[in-house]
Amino acid sequence: MVLYIVQRILAAIPVMGFVALFVFLLLRLTPGDPAAIIAGDTATPQQLEAIRDSLGLNDPLFVQFFSWIGQLLQGDFGTSILSGQPVIDLISDRMEPTISLALTTIILSVVIGVPLGVIAAWKQGTLIDRFVMLLSVLGFSVPVFVIGYLMISAFSMSLGWFPVQGFRPIGEGIGPFFHRIALPTFTLTLLYIALIARITRTSMLEILGDDYVRTARAKGLPEHKVLMRHALRNCSVPIITVIGIGFALIISGVVVTESVFNLPGLGRLTVDAVLSRDYPVIQAVILLASLIYVVINLLIDIAYVLLDPRIRYA
Amino acid sequence: MTIPMTLKTKPRGLSGLIRGTMFAATVAATALIAGMADAQTLRAVKHSDLRVLDPILTTAYMSRNHGYMIFDTLYALDSDLVPQPQMVDTHTVSDDGLVYTFTLRDGLKFHDGADVTGADVAASIKRWGERDGMGQVLMDFVESMEQGAQPNEFVINLKQPYGLVIDSLAKPSSNVPFIMPARLAATPSTEAIPEQIGSGPFTWVADEYQPGVRAVYAKNEDYVPRDEPSSFAAGGKVVMVDRVEWVVMPDDQTAFNALQAGEIDYWESPPSDLLPILAANPELTVRNQNALGFQTIMRPNTLNAPMDNVKIRQAAIASVNQKDVLDALVGNPDLYNLCGAMFVCDTPLASDVGSETLTEGSGMEKAKALLAEAGYDGTPIVIMHPTDVGTLRTQPVVVAQAMRDAGFIVDLQAMDWQTLVGKRASQASIADGGWHMFMTNWVGADVFNPLVNNMVNGKGPDGGWFGWPNVPKLEELRTSYATAATLEEQQVLATEIQKIAYEEAVYAPIGQYFVPSAWSNNLEGVLDAPAPLFWNISKK
Repeated sequence: MVLYIVQRILAAIPVMGFVALFVFLLLRLTPGDPAAIIAGDTATPQQLEAIRDSLGLNDPLFVQFFSWIGQLLQGDFGTSILSGQPVIDLISDRMEPTISLALTTIILSVVIGVPLGVIAAWKQGTLIDRFVMLLSVLGFSVPVFVIGYLMISAFSMSLGWFPVQGFRPIGEGIGPFFHRIALPTFTLTLLYIALIARITRTSMLEILGDDYVRTARAKGLPEHKVLMRHALRNCSVPIITVIGIGFALIISGVVVTESVFNLPGLGRLTVDAVLSRDYPVIQAVILLASLIYVVINLLIDIAYVLLDPRIRYA
Repeated sequence: MTIPMTLKTKPRGLSGLIRGTMFAATVAATALIAGMADAQTLRAVKHSDLRVLDPILTTAYMSRNHGYMIFDTLYALDSDLVPQPQMVDTHTVSDDGLVYTFTLRDGLKFHDGADVTGADVAASIKRWGERDGMGQVLMDFVESMEQGAQPNEFVINLKQPYGLVIDSLAKPSSNVPFIMPARLAATPSTEAIPEQIGSGPFTWVADEYQPGVRAVYAKNEDYVPRDEPSSFAAGGKVVMVDRVEWVVMPDDQTAFNALQAGEIDYWESPPSDLLPILAANPELTVRNQNALGFQTIMRPNTLNAPMDNVKIRQAAIASVNQKDVLDALVGNPDLYNLCGAMFVCDTPLASDVGSETLTEGSGMEKAKALLAEAGYDGTPIVIMHPTDVGTLRTQPVVVAQAMRDAGFIVDLQAMDWQTLVGKRASQASIADGGWHMFMTNWVGADVFNPLVNNMVNGKGPDGGWFGWPNVPKLEELRTSYATAATLEEQQVLATEIQKIAYEEAVYAPIGQYFVPSAWSNNLEGVLDAPAPLFWNISKK
């Protein structure tokens, strides 16, 4: 197992290297010029050239690439072309809102979605099952921004229970933190409940027809033990996969939710950087997102082993 | 923010307990936040995000607005567009008109505690003169600039008399000649200054700055405002709040809700479709703060065929009807003007010469005739279409259709604004990715005379503005304008410049529109100004 983890970590290095090269080249091939953005409307071609020189944008591509890689290997992500702020500071400032939203959303979604899926499978074909599936279809189908605006209209503008927008770090108190993160969490949770409930239901239905479930029932086990101990545990692999990928998706940016609720997360940082061609920031956030996917996939693989002893990695 | 005062349902059982707990938590959190709220913090949503902190390096309006907070100016325009002293106490001009001596007023200090000196002023004006168009013209006349006999004196020695010295120093919009410490002004003008130290009415709260999230300013307790009342950008800059926070909200609906819920105090540029709802709210004020408004323009590229043919350019301009553009862009006639004045309507230099077809919408037949006369061969006209900017995505569609109606073949190329910004700097041929036309918008104060209006620059590919018309006569007239002695003379020259600019079809204003701001009635003293200014405002 340990050998497997080490191998996976080592395998991630060329993956990250490829991502770095791909992102770097893709950005340089994209139209747009950060120097022109900085210089503004009245710059002359000579002034643009001078700004490009000062930013190193006139250096050959391989010089720019290896300079960037050299900085990365020293833990330096560079500085934002536009604001002049260290990229690592920009990213770390945006991590807390994003991780907070990801954790609250995933926890709430699992707490609600998994039981709903189990119940829907257990009561297959009944009104309960159809109701859960209807909720699931709605959760998938209604755009997140629509749900967000409806939430704001109901709970902020009409009832005044929650603020319209913004984020408070948890360091400023649990109350203000949850007060601000609640509505975006509820908004995103609907989508993830739909996803998790549906996967759970489908997996459970496969398992509930298996012989060992029939045996468990035949030997007189209470139904909740059959469902939770025998069925759910055996279908946990696809559920864990969906939860892991869902977490990674939120971490790598849910820009619509962040925009609707004005959360200063990684998604908005990425979009802003792309729109302003802030190369160092874009490169860093994409590398970070790739790293998150690699790590989460590794954690999912490890979770498989813990949940299903039949799975072994050589 | 509304705090529920009564609980209508009695908690029962588990669901009641959960409801009761949620309610209690909500009330507690709301009360906590209300307690934390500082009545003297003014929260504003601006039109964009503050990215570049150097208002000389860039012409971005957000950087200009930031400059007004941190830095001060020697002169500033009042509401009659007349320059008034700001940092300057008095100035004298030698009899031959070649030596300007300025004395700074007492009490001017930078945020690091250092006195403002003539050396700081000289270095700041020099750096500004390297970047700004009007500054570059001023520098052409300047023999030398230095500190005077006293530390608070500043002297400009001219090569020849120049009538716009004070007007240049009072330039109200990008780039504004802000004064900064000499050590910062020594930064090359192609690099951003490393610190935000000015002598303006606010100080920069660096550790709370988050690009894309917020910028924070604190009242400069040491600032000594002038005694005169505030007027446009001139007069006393009396700060009446402790802090100003510029909050970035990428979504208009969120800003709309936040303003109505009292979470922000000021919204610089609400979209026009939300204005009626905001105006109907008795707790809000909706008002246009900038009487000069915005000029939206179409700019042909004179380097690429067939736009290198003046008749083709004239045909393109003649096909356009300003009303069509403005109806599509703004909709509400109260918020736009049909205005063909290149130097903006309702200014001393305003003229309608050459603009009749634009404002009357009567040029379609003329456009068709010009196209036939020019022998247009059907070459597709590449119009760059920025689809991600609300105030710029409409005009290309309307102009393209008008041109098609006149007989042009149009290739409307969709792209984001930043791609356009990069691409418009290219002088390449169409085959190599070049372009024929784009549209953009200018704040009125950036185009209201022939020196600041880049589109009437006739220097061609070397030194001209994107589109690069090579019209030496325009340059001669702009030079004459710079040395004109009286307003009447300036008006004659400006009208002649506009006439030639239309004849050469170097560009066309395709409308003037206004963007009102909205703010809470808790604010008093919001100024009409060339940029959103945050002094003179008190908050109840």
